[in-house]
Amino acid sequence: MEKTADASRNLSLEESWGYDRKTMDYIRHAAAHGLYEIRGLGAKRKLPHFDDLVFLGASMSRYPLEGYRERCSTRTVLGTRFARKPVELEIPVTIAGMSFGALSANVKEALGKAATAMGTSTTTGDGGMTREERNASKILVYQCLPSRYGFNPEDLRRADAIEMVIGQGAKPGGGGMLLGQKVNPRVARMRTLPEGIDQRSASRHPDWTGPDDLAIKIRELREITDWEKPVYIKVGATRTYHDVKLAVHSGADVVVVDGMQGGTAATQGCFIEHVGIPTLAALREAVEALEDMGMKGTVQLVISGGIRTGADVAKALAMGADAVSIGQGMLVALGCNSGTWTDSGGRHQDAEADYRTLGTLPGYCHHCHTGRCPVGVTTQDPELEQRVTPETGAKRARNYLRTLTMELATIARACGKQDVHHLEREDLAALTVEAAAMAGIPLAGTRWIPGKA
Amino acid sequence: MDRVSFDLATTPLREINAFLHRAPAETESRTVILDRPGGVHNLAVGMAHDWRVTVHGHVGYYAAGMNQTAEMEIFGNAGTGLAENMMSGRVVVHGFASNAAGASAHGGLLVIGGDAGLRCGISLKGGDIVVGGSVGSFSGFMAQAGRLLVCGDAGDALGDSLYETVIYLGGHARSLGADAREEPMTEPDYQEVESLLARAGGNFCTVDPGRFRKIVSARSLYHWNANANQEY
Repeated sequence: MEKTADASRNLSLEESWGYDRKTMDYIRHAAAHGLYEIRGLGAKRKLPHFDDLVFLGASMSRYPLEGYRERCSTRTVLGTRFARKPVELEIPVTIAGMSFGALSANVKEALGKAATAMGTSTTTGDGGMTREERNASKILVYQCLPSRYGFNPEDLRRADAIEMVIGQGAKPGGGGMLLGQKVNPRVARMRTLPEGIDQRSASRHPDWTGPDDLAIKIRELREITDWEKPVYIKVGATRTYHDVKLAVHSGADVVVVDGMQGGTAATQGCFIEHVGIPTLAALREAVEALEDMGMKGTVQLVISGGIRTGADVAKALAMGADAVSIGQGMLVALGCNSGTWTDSGGRHQDAEADYRTLGTLPGYCHHCHTGRCPVGVTTQDPELEQRVTPETGAKRARNYLRTLTMELATIARACGKQDVHHLEREDLAALTVEAAAMAGIPLAGTRWIPGKA
Repeated sequence: MDRVSFDLATTPLREINAFLHRAPAETESRTVILDRPGGVHNLAVGMAHDWRVTVHGHVGYYAAGMNQTAEMEIFGNAGTGLAENMMSGRVVVHGFASNAAGASAHGGLLVIGGDAGLRCGISLKGGDIVVGGSVGSFSGFMAQAGRLLVCGDAGDALGDSLYETVIYLGGHARSLGADAREEPMTEPDYQEVESLLARAGGNFCTVDPGRFRKIVSARSLYHWNANANQEY
């Protein structure tokens, strides 16, 4: 080491900021292939996030609750505006929409079982509803996507809520993508497509084009389901203030806002990193929109995109969300990017060689699009998908949800709240000027919110 | 009583749709007459039983949306999204249909006597659509399965990004969309056209199958292509 350091002193090693090694790698890749990079997961760059906020906790003026003894309610109700049967959840943490196709049937079932055990909901995706997931999920949200793959009135009536998907945080303005290696016979049949083709979903809905049309479309869904089910509208975070207002105008019971850290199974890297705004900023805009319309509490707000910990959940609720939705975190709980997978005997099996085959290592993998997930999460391969069984997957996912809930309640009690929904903006302080500005929370130690007088 | 009728001018839509969502009793007449619809949206959406609905007048958006099994005949014009996502059954409009008629229909037959607007048969997933007049631009967009038969002309970008839907065109298209191409009609195609026209019934039976051309997918977008250079 010493020697290298000595030797390097004699070399000129002034790296360019604009053309650093990462950027030059990107240019060489582009030059070699003539095609953009496709990858999975969400934005990898550092963004202002919930980590840049802290709770103030109880103090002279506020009483804390006893951490282990006193009750702290986590009950959450979504869809109280128009639906005859709102969704009643035990916890404000839901599982985000991820398609059968992107994920294996085992994984969809595992997520359903975990959600059911924790009294929360799970969500279908751009491939229709599988019977495994319907049977495993007590509360299942059925997505209505631009592609309408497998969309049908039977499943609509079987659903507990309907989510009209306008966009997702990883790629607002883009449709789904499922490369041929994941389009196996069952996936192809569910989507009415030839097997093995590279499938690119529509990015626009086929039968409505704007918020006024959407209002009629939503009434159609309500009429078909006899006004029973809550209707959510999910938007990728861009012009969030206006989008939330328009979603309310269109008749949503619930608005789901997905920030740019939200994951995907496959899309262009440039899309993931450069389109959309951070979850933190989107959440504040969404809450402002609901407050300005006097709809806070009438229309519920669900935030997603990079929610990982109980602290993230608590901060989201304090900023004004009614619930959060988690996709990527659930996949990590199931083994995403882990160096091992667990066999039927409970033994950990090394997966590193499979990561190497994909040209990556555990901790760096974003190769969901290849369908060769070394830990069996984002695959349709009959052998790989056995690496997550519904039972072991459900246990891990349930443990993760349980941990988040305990952390959330711990923070709420420390802030003196008997109900996690009583967390409020006044409980927060920001650690950076950026977070203070985006979240509308004063910079710690000051009363300053950039942009506010 | 051999039929039921509702007057939309005096009966709330909710009441009519709720009526049409229940299964008819064994002895009950399946025939339902709907008068004075006044362009109402979402009429008779989500039917799942063998009702036979006749509408006298114009309907708004999404009439007969997601229909299963039932039959509906409209003596008037229809708004956007007529019979969208239909699964089975039969919907006939004698007048014109606006945009996105038969969008993402998985099954059943949609017959449009007059012209259809933009995006007719968009995302079609196995349903059949027969149009007496012409269709607007982007018809058959990303259509995956089923047939779209147009006796008249088509606007721009007919069959853009087409999958396995077959389009039969009697007139001319202003342009074909990306990855759509004309292929020669074969004997089974002529039989297919004849059968579609026969199923549409009425004046369609007199249309000559010999004047149709076939538009299908060139399938060049089925696989990721590094050399495409975004030319599509």
